[in-house]
Amino acid sequence: MASTTVARAATSRPAPQKPKRRAPLPIELYRSAVGKKYVMAITGIALMGFVFFHMLGNLKMYLGPGHFNEYAEWLRTLLVPFLPRTTTLWLMRIGLIVAFALHIHAAYSLTRMNHAARNTKYQGRRDYVAANYASRTMRWSGIIVGLFIVWHLFDLSWTGTGYTFVRGAVYENVDGSLSRIPVGILYVVANIALGFHLFHGAWSLFQSMGWNNPRFNRWRRDFAAIFAAIIVVGNVSFPLAVMAGVVGVG
Amino acid sequence: MPPITFDSKIPEGSIQEKWDNHKFSIKLVNPNNKRRFDIIVVGTGLAGASAAATLGGLGYNVKVFTFHDSPRRAHSIAAQGGINAAKNYHGDGDSIYRLFYDTVKGGDYRSREANVYRLAQVSNNIIDQCTAQGVPFAREYGGLLDNRSFGGAQVSRTFYARGQTGQQLLLGAYQALAEQIHAGSCTLYNRTELLDIVVVDDRAAGIVVRDLLTGEVASHSAHAVVLATGGYSNVFFLSTNAMACNVTAAWRAHRRGALFANPCYTQIHPTCIPSSDEFQSKLTLMSESLRNDGRIWVPSTAHDDRSPDAIPEGERDYFLERKYPSFGNLVPRDVASRNAKGMIDEEKGVGPLHNGVYLDFAASIERLGEQTVRERYGNLFDMYERITGENPYQVPMRIYPAPHYTMGGLWVDYNLETSIPGLYAIGEANFSDHGANRLGASALMQGLADGYFVLPYTIGDGLAPRLGEKLVDTGHEAFRAAEARVQERYRGYLEVKGTRTVDHFHRELGKIMWDYCGMERTRSGLEKAISEIPALYDEFRKDLRVLGGDTSLNQSLERAGRLDDFFQLGLLMCEDALQREESCGGHFRAEHQTPDGEAQRNDDDFAFVGAWEHTGEMQAGTLHKEPLVFDNVHLAQRNYA
Amino acid sequence: MDLTLQVWRQDGPTTSGRFETYAAPGISEDMSFLEMLDVVNERLAADGKEPITFDHDCREGICGTCSLMINGKAHGPERGTATCQLHMRKFNDGDTIVIEPWRATAFPIIKDLMVDRSAFDRIVEAGGYITVAAGSAPDANLIPVPKPVADAAMDAAACIGCGACVAACPNSAAQLFTSAKVAHLNLLPQGQSERYARTEAMVDTMEQYFGSCTNHGECQEACPKEIPIDFIATMNKDYLRAKLKNRRYLSRTP
Repeated sequence: MASTTVARAATSRPAPQKPKRRAPLPIELYRSAVGKKYVMAITGIALMGFVFFHMLGNLKMYLGPGHFNEYAEWLRTLLVPFLPRTTTLWLMRIGLIVAFALHIHAAYSLTRMNHAARNTKYQGRRDYVAANYASRTMRWSGIIVGLFIVWHLFDLSWTGTGYTFVRGAVYENVDGSLSRIPVGILYVVANIALGFHLFHGAWSLFQSMGWNNPRFNRWRRDFAAIFAAIIVVGNVSFPLAVMAGVVGVG
Repeated sequence: MPPITFDSKIPEGSIQEKWDNHKFSIKLVNPNNKRRFDIIVVGTGLAGASAAATLGGLGYNVKVFTFHDSPRRAHSIAAQGGINAAKNYHGDGDSIYRLFYDTVKGGDYRSREANVYRLAQVSNNIIDQCTAQGVPFAREYGGLLDNRSFGGAQVSRTFYARGQTGQQLLLGAYQALAEQIHAGSCTLYNRTELLDIVVVDDRAAGIVVRDLLTGEVASHSAHAVVLATGGYSNVFFLSTNAMACNVTAAWRAHRRGALFANPCYTQIHPTCIPSSDEFQSKLTLMSESLRNDGRIWVPSTAHDDRSPDAIPEGERDYFLERKYPSFGNLVPRDVASRNAKGMIDEEKGVGPLHNGVYLDFAASIERLGEQTVRERYGNLFDMYERITGENPYQVPMRIYPAPHYTMGGLWVDYNLETSIPGLYAIGEANFSDHGANRLGASALMQGLADGYFVLPYTIGDGLAPRLGEKLVDTGHEAFRAAEARVQERYRGYLEVKGTRTVDHFHRELGKIMWDYCGMERTRSGLEKAISEIPALYDEFRKDLRVLGGDTSLNQSLERAGRLDDFFQLGLLMCEDALQREESCGGHFRAEHQTPDGEAQRNDDDFAFVGAWEHTGEMQAGTLHKEPLVFDNVHLAQRNYA
Repeated sequence: MDLTLQVWRQDGPTTSGRFETYAAPGISEDMSFLEMLDVVNERLAADGKEPITFDHDCREGICGTCSLMINGKAHGPERGTATCQLHMRKFNDGDTIVIEPWRATAFPIIKDLMVDRSAFDRIVEAGGYITVAAGSAPDANLIPVPKPVADAAMDAAACIGCGACVAACPNSAAQLFTSAKVAHLNLLPQGQSERYARTEAMVDTMEQYFGSCTNHGECQEACPKEIPIDFIATMNKDYLRAKLKNRRYLSRTP
């Protein structure tokens, strides 16, 4: 952040910046806030794709344990025999991990920049017009979703969280975990947070990417709302279905 | 006090050749030597910003001073209508000569032919320059520049950028200046106010300024000082000028020996929103273009307080259409203004304070449809509604004239140099091109002409012989003494510790000026003002209350200094109006009018520039006369009937 | 109407400030907001108290000097209106009005309600211009500009540089100001030569002073000229292109 004292006569000429060494394009872009927003948007699109297909795939659980576990196995054998078993899955996982890391790092450094840009907050109450609940709580909804994902991985992929966890028995694990009421509620809450995050993020990415055209501008908000709604409805249905006994080994 | 040099330096040759001859005959500064000259530019409006940017671009070392936080705030930004140029893009018979002719005639034959011709010549370069800078002038569907006819001109020569032409032109000049600041050729001093000019060995040696944030007084020396500090309509307190517009720089120069020319020529703009209460701080102008489609009227009988829609057609007086059938509502500004005042003097004024006349769009809305009216004037109507709370699509607007522009200013020669060598004045701060009345869309033209295309050439003539000359050190006793006087003066305002505020005195002064030296002046009124102003000034010196200190930002203290100078200027305006026993343009003496109420010039006795020399505090001073010669335009009485 | 004002008073850039409460009885609804403050100041002076310092000049909504956070909104409650053109009829008798200066690290408080917005000038100095020496311009009609392009450039150029976008932005970002200036010049054919160098320089300078855009859209609501955030998207696009294109000018010093 540049000097923030009151600029005085004749000292107002900008201090010569020390010339930055030219770095490779992605790094140079990432040095700027606008570039970080590009990264937020691109990784956001990747994560949105993941969230969407994750939800879509999980709908298989309504078809019963056979279909669901078959789907899980299909993921592991993607592109076999061209690639060894689980390779594609791991490549996708690595991609997701990188996207997550960049998304979080960019968010963190932009947040710090924004805090520094207003060192004294407004002392009176603000009256927001356009900034909505979703847009102003992005970093909180993001943190909730991030922590949830870690828990979610422990819960259903790595170790289980107290129920009888059997690696690879996806359908049974889902039933074992989500049939616990507090866990079910946790899933519902986390997905609502995800919905808020997507509601702003899925609109915001158009602006950050510079996708701006009078022909489709009015659809951007609608797209974000519909996308967030689909994800929330789909994802929230799973714990509800398990708790209601619609899904389960019985 | 330096001796008065009074040579207008108008070049030889035919009117068409004068400027070219002059450019060839004046001395030049070699490109490599330009950086050896320091130039101070005070003010960053159209004239100041364009001059500083151009001088910086040429290679001079330029120091730029503005009392605003940013150069872009200068009041040029508020000009709405447009800028004239003799491009003849519309093939309607315009030419440099016609623009020249119209401007001399519009100025009621009180301007210098040579200056005006030059202005018309460079007008075309201005449009080219500004377009190249990215000024988004209005375009036609083919992508070429659009023009409109403005202020009763019979050709379409006005270029415009919606209703924000001044803003866009100023941003162009500001951006050019910003580039030079970035390049290091111009150094900007913001929130810094000029408070004195220092003259050493009969030359301008530099300026004394006050840092508005810290109250610190400092000096800057230079080879040349350029004042681009605008006009002085705020002497009336209520005007369309910005709150901070003032005469201080020009007046301080005047006190140091610069002649002040034609101070009484003030322009009153007919279409402003009337004041709504005694706390009104300024008047808002609405573009004159409104008169193209609005009809001006008052009730036929005095004291008619019915709402406008309750007054039947037969009981309305469309006084401009009645008195001037051929021009109707499009008569020149001064005629429209004076007639409106006449109606209010007859107690036919409308609105809660009976201080306006109606500008009615009902007929146009019926003829063109509300949509067309909205397209043409939508933003003006919105602004009117924001300010008055009335919807002009349904209720007629109320308008009243307000002081708007001052044609008078520092006397300058053809080089734009004042009577103090090395001190230049450009833009509204000088008196040069508009004579007794300024045509619509000509102020922007003059400011930019001076800044981009005239001063950068002519300043070299004065600088070239001084190559290698050392600057006067700011430690010189003249600077020290001037600094001490400034400090003493400002401390003085704080020490009065009286009971009345700056604004209180300013309102009082404004009222005297408006009543006696406003739209219509009389000998007895002016004499009254000349006796009242010094009395009020005395009270100001004895009973002023300025709180706070002089070592941090103090807006009341700034205003006190500016008002002090307005008192002295106001007196001079009245003296000038009194000596000019004729009516011309923006100066209307009730004693001198034709039988049908038109301004009656006296070309035999008053075809001169009245340039005043300062002789002492609150004194009229000595009048010098620069005769005006008209070789090309024939003197004729205006007639708009 | 009778009002109560809570006004931020601060003696200087380095001192701490506080809200002070002033009664403002007998205010006419035809007054502008700043005229109301003038009246309060006259009364303060009569009581021997130092008047409230606030920035203002043209009072017709074009110079961009006035500011003020009024009841938590930049330039107050009326859309598309600068403080100087806000009139008291927008308030009700008995209201309490909270008045605070713009707050951003890049806009340090000078005194009371007045802040220093020089950082905006720095952004323009970095590249917000088209280089053209006086006298070197070709005829103005040599390059036609399609009317929609000229109109869009004018929409962007309408910015008055008041800083409301920064003040309203939860992140103190100056994207709306910068993008308006970038769009004004980048849209026009005359601005193409410097288009990408300009975008890069202005954005980089902006980021030295201000926060980042997270697309709240609060700025366009606060903007007295109602400049849309579409220009921000356009600037982002141009910035990426600038990073790509400017790399080709290998000999150009950064």
